Amino acid sequence: MTVVTDSTTAAKRTPRRRKPLATRAYKVFRVVALIVVVLFLLAPLFWMLLASLKTNVDIYDTAKAVVFSPTFENYANVLQRNNYFVFIFNSFWVAFVSTALSIVLGVPAAYAMSRFTMHRSALVVLMARVIPGVSLLVPWYYVFSNLRMVGSFEVLILSHMFVALPLIVYIMMSYFDSLPLELEESAEVDGLTPIGAFRRITLPLAVAGIATAGILSFIFSWNNFMFALVLSGAKTKTLPVAIFDFVSYASIDWGGLMAAATVVTIPIMIIALFTQKYIVSGLTVSATKG
Amino acid sequence: MSVLNPPRSAGTRKASGRKGAGGSFSAWANRHRKWLFAAPAMIFVGVLIIFPLAWTVYLSLTDSQGSVRAATDFIGLQNYLTVLTDLERFWPAVGRTLSFTGLALAFEVVLGMGIALLLWRPFRGEKWVRVAILLPLVATPVAVGMMWRLIFDPNIGFANQLLGAIGIPPQPWLSGQDTALGTTIFMDVWQWTPMVVLILLAGLTSLSDEPDEAARVDGANAFQRFFFITLPLMMPTVIVAILLRGIDALKTFDILYATKGKGGGSFHEVETLNVYAYGLSFDYNQYGLSSAVLILFFMIIIGIMWLLTMRKKAVSK
Repeated sequence: MTVVTDSTTAAKRTPRRRKPLATRAYKVFRVVALIVVVLFLLAPLFWMLLASLKTNVDIYDTAKAVVFSPTFENYANVLQRNNYFVFIFNSFWVAFVSTALSIVLGVPAAYAMSRFTMHRSALVVLMARVIPGVSLLVPWYYVFSNLRMVGSFEVLILSHMFVALPLIVYIMMSYFDSLPLELEESAEVDGLTPIGAFRRITLPLAVAGIATAGILSFIFSWNNFMFALVLSGAKTKTLPVAIFDFVSYASIDWGGLMAAATVVTIPIMIIALFTQKYIVSGLTVSATKG
Repeated sequence: MSVLNPPRSAGTRKASGRKGAGGSFSAWANRHRKWLFAAPAMIFVGVLIIFPLAWTVYLSLTDSQGSVRAATDFIGLQNYLTVLTDLERFWPAVGRTLSFTGLALAFEVVLGMGIALLLWRPFRGEKWVRVAILLPLVATPVAVGMMWRLIFDPNIGFANQLLGAIGIPPQPWLSGQDTALGTTIFMDVWQWTPMVVLILLAGLTSLSDEPDEAARVDGANAFQRFFFITLPLMMPTVIVAILLRGIDALKTFDILYATKGKGGGSFHEVETLNVYAYGLSFDYNQYGLSSAVLILFFMIIIGIMWLLTMRKKAVSK
């Protein structure tokens, strides 16, 4: 009897007595730790931005690390003299078209794979995530250079679709898995054909999922480097490849390089800020399925 | 049953297929929607994978070099022999690939778990921390490489200025033969720890609170609750994070190429298998040899993935 009452009062008391102190210490620790994390993640980007606003003389002057007179010379140089507007358009066009085409191919495929649990077929598409890109690039390069197509938008878009499509199938499969089948079934009972039910019921419900998949695929395509490095030509060069124009054997134009790096990064960051929710849900699809 | 079933699988399909020459294309489409929907994507990916893979296997058995269009001779397993006995480039590249991936993953998972735990319970300013976590993730890897290149520059870089401020002599970072790989690992950790944080955080929030509460009532402290309750429950998510991140870490190219250029630097100090194979193919046009490297690389990746998936199954049970 006494044992029971003892243990219950102890259980009631200890959290009350110990919690405030532990919580307060943890709260302070948590704030400090989070500030360190945020600084660690943002400071380098801030430094890149600062350097892009300095002249090359100021970049070499360590006394002017933070205090300096900002100039937009580097940006003017990047955008006008180096014709970055063309590269921005190329990056945008390739990312946009490859994403759009991948959605057209990928969404129905993901639907079928989810609805009919075609796991083995899904595996074929997901293989694309595992294979090292170089092993595909050599044969692609062979075929497309024989067809005299290296450097065309078509080839670049095709190669980027190869990154986008598995991503879209992967995200949309788990999205369709989470949609209730009953809605479709009742639509079929009401006289819609299965494809009609997919088009009129499931597809509108999947818009948020498609947005998630599309945004992520756009980002990955925008950031893609290796495929564009080999398969783009002078006229179709994308931004990540164009950055290398600022690196020569003799020296590096640091101000220009940082401005170019900022120009590549800013658009995608703005998109990310407005679509946070979607990006996070897209990146974490596999986490909760276990 | 057997009397009723066969006509459905063979007979009716044929019959209505003939009937449907005119108006019932949609009926045909509806019946075959499974493959109608899935096939285009599968054919697209299949053609772009299966042909190249087969071609890579073929090339790995030839002495293909020079132009992609040049005729080649079949030389059997000679390339594999050359590669597997190459102690100067291939094996060090294998070592670098594995240590890059292993170390980056170790830091990312430990740091990622720590940060995910910090973010687990709601707090003020949560939004801002989420933004900070997202920005490195979406930043263009090549630009990120260039950014770190400036920060780690031995003479003008911010990293050495910072060390100087607290009285530590300047370090060579990327330019040092021994420090370059470590520095690139640091960059990978900066860019991809947030990804691990997001995955683990999603896993944490989907956990039920009950086991944790029960342990709290039983008097377990925070560390005990983490190591004996939360961590075991999180193991499947941790392995998912390792799998996803591991595949990409093994294939890292952008940051290495952006910071050290061709061949992983003049002493190949950051030359991983991916960088090595890329260089063999597109800088030296040694297609046969590079194909052999790629096939071996692919086998390593599949092997690691297989081991992890096995582990995941064991944990899930």
